[in-house]
Amino acid sequence: MQYIDNVIFLILLVAGFGLFAKSLLKIYRNIQLGKEINRSDKKSERWETMARVAMGQSKMVKRPVAGILHLFVYVGFIIINIELIEIIVDGIFGTHRFLSSIFGHAFYSFFTATLEVLALLVIIGVVVFFIRRNFYGVKRLTMKELFGWPKHDANWILIIEFALMIAFLKMNTADWALQQRGLLPEHGSFPISSTLLGPIFSNFSDGFLFFTEKAAWWFHFVGILFFMNYLYYSKHLHIILAFPSTWFANLDKKGKFNNLESVTKEIKLMMDPNADPYAAPAEGAESDVPSKFGAEDIFDLNQVQLLNAYSCTECGRCTSVCPANITGKKLSPRLILMKTRDRLEEVGKNIDKNGKFVDDGKKLLNDYITKEELWACTTCNACTEACPILLDPLSIIFEMRRFLVMEQSAAPQELNLMMTNVENNAAPWQYNQADRLNWAND
Amino acid sequence: MDFNIKTMAEYAAEGKAPEVLFWVGCAGSFDDRAKKITKAFCKILNKIGVEFGVLGQEESCTGDPAKRAGNEFVFQMMALTNIEVLNAYEVKKIVTACPHCFNTLKNEYPSLGGHFEVVHHTQFLKTLMEEGRLKIEGGAFKGKKITFHDPCYLGRANNEYEAPRILLEKLDAELVEMKRCKTNGLCCGAGGAQMFKEPEKGNKDINIERTEEALSFEPKVIATGCPFCNTMMTDGVKHFNKNEEVAVKDIVELLAEADDL
Ligand code: SF4
Ligand code: SF4
Repeated sequence: MQYIDNVIFLILLVAGFGLFAKSLLKIYRNIQLGKEINRSDKKSERWETMARVAMGQSKMVKRPVAGILHLFVYVGFIIINIELIEIIVDGIFGTHRFLSSIFGHAFYSFFTATLEVLALLVIIGVVVFFIRRNFYGVKRLTMKELFGWPKHDANWILIIEFALMIAFLKMNTADWALQQRGLLPEHGSFPISSTLLGPIFSNFSDGFLFFTEKAAWWFHFVGILFFMNYLYYSKHLHIILAFPSTWFANLDKKGKFNNLESVTKEIKLMMDPNADPYAAPAEGAESDVPSKFGAEDIFDLNQVQLLNAYSCTECGRCTSVCPANITGKKLSPRLILMKTRDRLEEVGKNIDKNGKFVDDGKKLLNDYITKEELWACTTCNACTEACPILLDPLSIIFEMRRFLVMEQSAAPQELNLMMTNVENNAAPWQYNQADRLNWAND
Repeated sequence: MDFNIKTMAEYAAEGKAPEVLFWVGCAGSFDDRAKKITKAFCKILNKIGVEFGVLGQEESCTGDPAKRAGNEFVFQMMALTNIEVLNAYEVKKIVTACPHCFNTLKNEYPSLGGHFEVVHHTQFLKTLMEEGRLKIEGGAFKGKKITFHDPCYLGRANNEYEAPRILLEKLDAELVEMKRCKTNGLCCGAGGAQMFKEPEKGNKDINIERTEEALSFEPKVIATGCPFCNTMMTDGVKHFNKNEEVAVKDIVELLAEADDL
């Protein structure tokens, strides 16, 4: 019977990580629904970008308050989860503070003290974030596009992180108090919990302290598993996906939009006076012509765009600098990504249910993202500049415009006029190309 | 006429090639306001003796507005035609006063077979200044407040924030920066083919929002580096009835004025 703890622990551990792996695989599968895109060039620059932007948070600090607090939570949370190693070993083998036997007394004290300070910083960060988000009225965090789940999601995460850190400190305090009474061997140093909670805990009975230590330990452990599995349903996936997203980020100049190769071929053929327009297409040429220009649904987007949709933190830095959004238009780059993710999830569920995708009569275009939003974009790249993890909502907008124009001829009338002019007069206005040099003489 | 314009065809007939091709662009060729920018730039080049050619009737739209609107066919038709012409003249270096032309020629033409060195007119003039060929005396603008509106397609799209500012500083003016400048600049509202259509419904037009910000500094001049920004800001200034007090001018117009050209 004495192993019952360890067995329960092991079951939870395996189930927790198993479920988590399952979620990750599902995300991976869904991302694979997109078109392949080659972003394997410039590897060293990609590693460097990921290190700087995702690990180094170089873009976060552009907004200093949020940036610093985020840094607390991020660094704190990551390092505190080194604890997880200790928890796992202790949990499986029934040891107590396993790392102390490896680290040695002095270093283990330093280690635990650091974790304590970080835990406190995380708590501070989380509390301030909660206040900012709910009471302080930062516009991008209180916009109505966040009503419902996105708002609750953000709050839940803050609450979970808060609870985890409190459990961590509680555990340490109980441990410390028991060490003071000589009931546990002396391991580690606990500057924060001993001063913050220590005075209260010193009134507790031995039994209650033992119980508290164990309970907080379990809570911390189960909490982490829960948190991990919660990620899949949350914008907090970014704590994992920010890394691949920055690695696969677009490294070209922001102004460079991709050229469709299939179109090039066709136009070269048109322009070539020697080409025989009636000639049978060369072997294999058919497959060169894409089934579709631009994007109507998630299947037409590329895999990096879909990865972006899962990575978006919904922080709204993009939307808060978007000229269209600032001036009251319907476009919000954040929503473009959120809706892409919603649609992607819907398609994923459809596949889970049916084994493969069965047409559900819906599309990303119109059912999720409207033309009005798409046409409001000035392609100014303010959103891509602002995004702390280098996501690219503009590329999705652009691909969907392509679909509207090239597949549906559904551009606004004035734009059709402009395009006709470009085609016929080589200028967006109705002037004659022969008059192009008239400015020199008037 | 106080400036000379020579076409690439004329140069070719003489068996010569100019130092640089000046890509005028559609706005610069046809829009009445933008034509003044074109001329100011030519005057400066003429004065300091930079040999440049234009394509004239052989120039077509780069295809930028069609591309941003989503029409890849029309874009590539323009691009491939232009590339053919440019390659026929063996053009090496292109300068343009329009950031949209600049961006397209520089970034989107290479994969279609058009490899040129492309510079924005502010970059070109900055280099000429550093080489000592262009001298800038700022007398006319001494101490006057100027604010610069970053064109998205020069700034964020291509990371060029310094060249326009370096030129403006030489005018001895008081350069005031808007809160939204450089990487945080706010679009004038014309990019992405918005110039050619009515804006979507909202509370405000983008150019009004931007002009409001610029005017809050009570500048004498709002400097621009893009013919489309110029139009948008000019309309904005008119909207606020400030067109008497505040001028909207391209940087080359300011430089030409400083030089009394
Ligand atoms: S590129 Fe489009 S979506 Fe992004 S900030 Fe500019 S206008 Fe908004
Ligand atoms: S796209 Fe980037 S900036 Fe916009 S909400 Fe998502 S994470 Fe934030």
